[in-house]
Amino acid sequence: MVGIVGYGAHLPRHRIKVEEIAKTWGADAPSYKKGLMLKEKSVPPPDTDTITLSVEATKNALRRAGKLDPADIGAVYIGSESHPYAVKPSGTVVAEAIGAVPDIHCADYEFACKAGSEAMFVCLGLVKSGYIKYGLAIGADTSQGAPSDALEYSAAAGAAAFIMGGENVIAEALHTYSYMTDTPDFWRREYEFYPQHGGRFTGEPAYFKHTLGAARGIMERAGATAKDITYAVFHQPNGKFPLRAGKTLGFSKEQIEPGLLSPTLGNTYSGASPIGLTSILDVAKPGDTIMMVSYGSGAGSDAFIWKVTERINEVRDSAVRTRKLLDENLTYIDYGTYAKFRHKIRKNE
Amino acid sequence: MFPSRIWRESKHRYRLEAGKCTKCGKVVFPYRLICPVCGHREFEKVILPETGKLLTYSIIRVAPSQFTDQAPYAIGIAELENGVRLLAQVADCEVDDIKVGMDVRIEFRRVQTDSHHGVLSYGYKFVPKWY
Ligand SMILES: [Zn+2]
Repeated sequence: MVGIVGYGAHLPRHRIKVEEIAKTWGADAPSYKKGLMLKEKSVPPPDTDTITLSVEATKNALRRAGKLDPADIGAVYIGSESHPYAVKPSGTVVAEAIGAVPDIHCADYEFACKAGSEAMFVCLGLVKSGYIKYGLAIGADTSQGAPSDALEYSAAAGAAAFIMGGENVIAEALHTYSYMTDTPDFWRREYEFYPQHGGRFTGEPAYFKHTLGAARGIMERAGATAKDITYAVFHQPNGKFPLRAGKTLGFSKEQIEPGLLSPTLGNTYSGASPIGLTSILDVAKPGDTIMMVSYGSGAGSDAFIWKVTERINEVRDSAVRTRKLLDENLTYIDYGTYAKFRHKIRKNE
Repeated sequence: MFPSRIWRESKHRYRLEAGKCTKCGKVVFPYRLICPVCGHREFEKVILPETGKLLTYSIIRVAPSQFTDQAPYAIGIAELENGVRLLAQVADCEVDDIKVGMDVRIEFRRVQTDSHHGVLSYGYKFVPKWY
């Protein structure tokens, strides 16, 4: 049996409300709140980046992995579109911070919002093949949307970490499937600070085609319909898209909501569906099945079907639950503080 | 901060690695060559606990150039559960809300950023322990 042996998330405590962003740009807050189902989003303070979020999420994953020796982790892969360095790996810092060096393979992944699920897929494969005993897969981002752009209302920060292994499995990987085409719906050229996107083109031919394509593909392979799966979590660029994808596939609101965090978290890019999965594992019962489908612009989706084991009851409260990080101990900031935190103000150096 | 210093100090800055004297049990952080209590020269590696209590703090209002964006901020000394005391910035907390005796947790943060092109240095900060 190969699957998740430890999982954890980390979120910054700072939030900005949609009204606060809309007020600054003269935009209509109710239309964002209703149209995209977004209320607020997380904001990383200046001392928090993809690396620090990854380390804290990994520490929570290790707490749930019992007596696992970090030195037995054979690979660390961080998926992100906001690695702090253009040249210098993020994963080496995480590996050093948990004491997993030097017997470890390390790579940073990039594929817009799907880089985290890529890391999960590769770790599962390496564990299954016997190349490594444990693999650490992280999806983390501190994403930026251009000021006044629609993306500014959603681009958020957070991380999820999963340790894959073959013993003491919390959630077994029953099936995996990926679906990919070349679709230029969102991109950022080198040296550009903010990404560009294709507006409405990001919906039907991009998010929905790939998300539904991957979901249908894995459900067909599993011989399952929506009724056979307990929970589903999709990439969540806003609150509306994942609900619509779920409805199209026949999932009820009750199957989607435990993993739907974007209305108050925003879009955590590479962290989005992985953090949603941690939130589902926090409430899942042994025997439950979970379908996770990521989406990355450019474009593609990775799908997984997980089956939760008895061990979940032993480990889930060994670390903080994701909903607690989402809902409690929050600090709301104004647009000026947000602009300062996100280095949107030009200063004399 | 020089890259060589970040590299040299990463074990204690990144993962709170300390030395425990194999003779008298004194825990030293960061690492030392000679035990300050008994003069012994052998230590075993221990990892410090991540929670403790704030013993004292000072609020920095006129900050050095790398930290001006963060002012006002607090630097504090906390005593961890095993009695080891260490100095760090208190993050995620308004300076008016900081109190001596408050429970703190250690989190991994970016501690210094040298301009736009320098190396990033990471390490520990205290945050209020809220769960
Ligand atoms: Zn001694």
